[in-house]
Amino acid sequence: MLEAHQVSKQVSSPEGSLTILSDVSFRILAGDSVAVVGPSGAGKSTLLALLAGLDLPSSGHVVLNGANLSALDEDGRARLRAESVGFVFQSFHLVPSLNALENVMLPLELAGHRDARAAARGIIETVGLQDRWSHYPAQLSGGEKQRVAIARAFATEPAVLFADEPTGNLDSRTGSNVMNLMFELNRSSSTTLILVTHDSSLAERCDRILALDAGLLESDSWAAR
Amino acid sequence: MKAIVFALRGFRRELRSGEVLVLLAAVGLAVAALTAVGFLTDRIGKAVARQANEVLAADLRLRSQEQVPEEWSELAREYDLATAETMAFPSVVFAGDTSALATIKVVSSSYPLRGAVRVADTLFGEQRVVDGIPAPGDVWADGALLARVGADVGDFLAVGELDLRVSAVLTYRPDQSIGFASLAPSLLMNIDDISRSGLIGEGSRVSYALLVAGDEAAVAEFNDAIQDLLPESIRVRSQEESSARAYKAADRAQRFLSLTSIISLLLSAVAVAMSARRFAHRRMDTVALMKSLGATQGFVISVALVQLVLLGLLGVVAGSLVGFVAEDLLSRILDDLMQTDLPSPGLRPVILASGSALVLLLGFALPSLLQLRNTPPLRVLRHDAMAPAPSRILVVGMSLAAVAALLYRSVGDIRMLVILMGGIIVIAAALYLAGRGLVALIGRSRSGVGVAWRYGLANVARRGRDSAIQVVAFGLGLTVLLLLTLVRTDLLEGWQATLDEDAPNHFLINIQPHEVDSVAALFEHNGVAAPVFTPLVRARMTKINEQSVKDRDYPNEDGRWLANREANLSWAAELSSSNEILEGEWWPADYDGPPLVSIEQDSARNAGLAIGDKLLFVVAGLELTAEIASIRKINWDSFQPNFFIVLSPGALDGMPTTYISSMKIEAHEQSMLINLVRAHPSISVIDIGAILEQVRGIIEKASFAVQAVFVFTLAAGIAVLFASVQSTIDERRFESAMLRALGAPRRTVFVGVMAEFAALGLAAGILASAGASVLAAIIAVQLFELPYEFSPLLWIVGLSAGVLIVCVSGFFAARSAINAPPGDVLRTAAP
Repeated sequence: MLEAHQVSKQVSSPEGSLTILSDVSFRILAGDSVAVVGPSGAGKSTLLALLAGLDLPSSGHVVLNGANLSALDEDGRARLRAESVGFVFQSFHLVPSLNALENVMLPLELAGHRDARAAARGIIETVGLQDRWSHYPAQLSGGEKQRVAIARAFATEPAVLFADEPTGNLDSRTGSNVMNLMFELNRSSSTTLILVTHDSSLAERCDRILALDAGLLESDSWAAR
Repeated sequence: MKAIVFALRGFRRELRSGEVLVLLAAVGLAVAALTAVGFLTDRIGKAVARQANEVLAADLRLRSQEQVPEEWSELAREYDLATAETMAFPSVVFAGDTSALATIKVVSSSYPLRGAVRVADTLFGEQRVVDGIPAPGDVWADGALLARVGADVGDFLAVGELDLRVSAVLTYRPDQSIGFASLAPSLLMNIDDISRSGLIGEGSRVSYALLVAGDEAAVAEFNDAIQDLLPESIRVRSQEESSARAYKAADRAQRFLSLTSIISLLLSAVAVAMSARRFAHRRMDTVALMKSLGATQGFVISVALVQLVLLGLLGVVAGSLVGFVAEDLLSRILDDLMQTDLPSPGLRPVILASGSALVLLLGFALPSLLQLRNTPPLRVLRHDAMAPAPSRILVVGMSLAAVAALLYRSVGDIRMLVILMGGIIVIAAALYLAGRGLVALIGRSRSGVGVAWRYGLANVARRGRDSAIQVVAFGLGLTVLLLLTLVRTDLLEGWQATLDEDAPNHFLINIQPHEVDSVAALFEHNGVAAPVFTPLVRARMTKINEQSVKDRDYPNEDGRWLANREANLSWAAELSSSNEILEGEWWPADYDGPPLVSIEQDSARNAGLAIGDKLLFVVAGLELTAEIASIRKINWDSFQPNFFIVLSPGALDGMPTTYISSMKIEAHEQSMLINLVRAHPSISVIDIGAILEQVRGIIEKASFAVQAVFVFTLAAGIAVLFASVQSTIDERRFESAMLRALGAPRRTVFVGVMAEFAALGLAAGILASAGASVLAAIIAVQLFELPYEFSPLLWIVGLSAGVLIVCVSGFFAARSAINAPPGDVLRTAAP
């Protein structure tokens, strides 16, 4: 489903070449939920970017849904994301000029979905925002924004969902409500979930935990369930 | 298709957010400036086209300074052609005690042979086409003339010895000049009245014409037949030549006007480029998000393009409306200066302006948008991931190409385009360097001021490039307006100040020799010193050093014209006090030798004449040869009668002579003139004071109209300011929140921001005042030959207007940064 093969990432900085990820390999099966944990600067977000094809590794390669991401051009990777990837971000990343419903419709339309509006309506109801669908992001609370983002992420029924610190900008109660929603949807749609988080209690709700430190894969543990 | 739907969906919200308003305003301003001028030139163009075919009121015109002999109209009738006679000359008409200079147009019953005269039954009344000419005893007077003498339809005007009834208001005659010509409005009069009026005496300045029209082939045959027979004194002009001249003049006017809108266009281009940068920058997050959700590069760029085109369309619509209203205002201002009423404008200007707006957007906004395509999707996770900056060559190349395309329409030929582009680049570079210099000075001055000011001045210096662009953009608009307001009045007043208090304010022309004594007596009778009467003899120069003036080569066209036209000769024993000898010597007062002649310096230079050259004049069939003895400079501002060609005493004895005179007449002595004109109807009185007043009025109206066009320039300068502030607004909000988080009161932040704009405004004011002063000095010294006087008022107005306007605009542009709650900003808007 999702494989990292000796993935490394170096960037050049004023102090010279900087290694952010070093020789990371693992394999994630369909339907798994995986938490990526580690301190700030461990390379969590970089790993997420590489797995989702937002960026390319300096060496090694990533295979997503059977496709080698390094072998695709940017538009090719975009099409792959449209078909099989969903995102939930820390700072929500809703399009400010579109209302809640239109934000949810966006990936459906990009993937060429026939009846994007009806599908988006359905999922908006699922996340409990049926009364707020016509509101613009600026008119929504943080929790509501993140629920729209979750609705958007699940709208295309992606094979993989990437979540980057989804509760980072929310208070703890709202955060836990949002996470309940996310895990629920994850279970019911059997999506593969890759969750980057600082929050150990959140990580423990996943099937598997990948711990990064200073760009190295420190541990790869399966939750005892 | 998907892209269009998506672009449309976000667009309305985008508009409401106000962020794209500056881009919209920049496009709208360019379109408004172009359409305002475009509509006006379109209407002038249509008026010319409508009138060009009838500017002679005939197919052929034979014109002469003397009556065209009957044989020519008989010949025309032999060719089965229709004929009409006209005369035109300046004369003063009276209504009671009020007088005004008019162009008296005397016509025979078949006038006009082409086109039609239009009249109205009341002042400002509905005009109608009329067949025929005024009945004997009646006149049709131009509305402007009636207004000047305070008369109305039905009143009587004193014209020479006659009292003629105004039976209609003349609104249009085919052979009136197109454009500005209200110095002497027309009075149309029946030819049957002319002999009784006493207006025409020997040597009167009358332009006679024989109009001819008919079948095209017959006209051409007649024209061919007369070419070799016509005497030197009769000039023929065909309708084709006349309309070609009319079109050429209109074309020049249109080009000049469209060039005035170019500065607005260029400044708008700067604003477009700046706000497009912001437009693209703000879209980067959305583009990265869309890419992360699977949007391709093509989709992303299509969305941005569709939105840009929509924005352009809105700008075109809004700008065209503003332009339409502005043109209406312009044509109202110019209305009574235009001799003709203008047809309503067509859609062509809107199409041209839309094309220009498109070019503007393509050249100045597209590079920024193309850059969006390369936004890395990684930006959704790492905010510092940016698209690489667009290639400098691409940006410069596209903007230069756009400017060239826009200019080409106004200039119309490649050589001029290259010169103009070169000029623009050099001037822009020089202004930019001056702007950078001023900005650097501002940056340096910040050590001596308080914290708020230091913050503001530091901002000016830090954004050096943008600050300099703002200073230049705004300074340019201000320069033009200063020139058109203060410098114009300064120059006019400066010129009037150089005039002698006792300078003559009236001219008398066409005084017959037998009238000289009685005119002098009339003056003495009224207790006014008798004026000096200067003789005038009309002659034609036929040979220079034995060579015909027609075959000679001249240094320039002015010289050819001068040598070939009918000349006014005078003679004098003593050199006039307003003259100065530059070369050769003035003859002794008691000179009694062979005829000598003195030539004015410019005429001598243009016609290539030198001391010792022999000139042959023909005066009423008599020949006279005179040798050039001196070359003079004339001070025309003296308002004394002066002549290009002055002969020695005795040279013109026995030639048909009239006299002219100039004098200072006080307001309370004006009534004397009425008696003078009544007693001597063929003498024309020209009131210089009134003419100067009219010239001043025309200049004021014309410059007011041009100012209206340049208001767009100032507005475009403000748009640049807004665009620039907007491109840094996130940064500004963050900084102001930081300052307030650090404990600065809102007031301090406000003062800091205002200090920045005050400094920018001051720099723009300095640039504008200096620019206007330099231009004023060049205009004064080169054009008007006046000494330039430094104007402190110009600097006071320039500096304070700069500071005031930039501070007010800047406040509106940046107020969201001043007022933003620091908590919100610091949480969300880290730069």
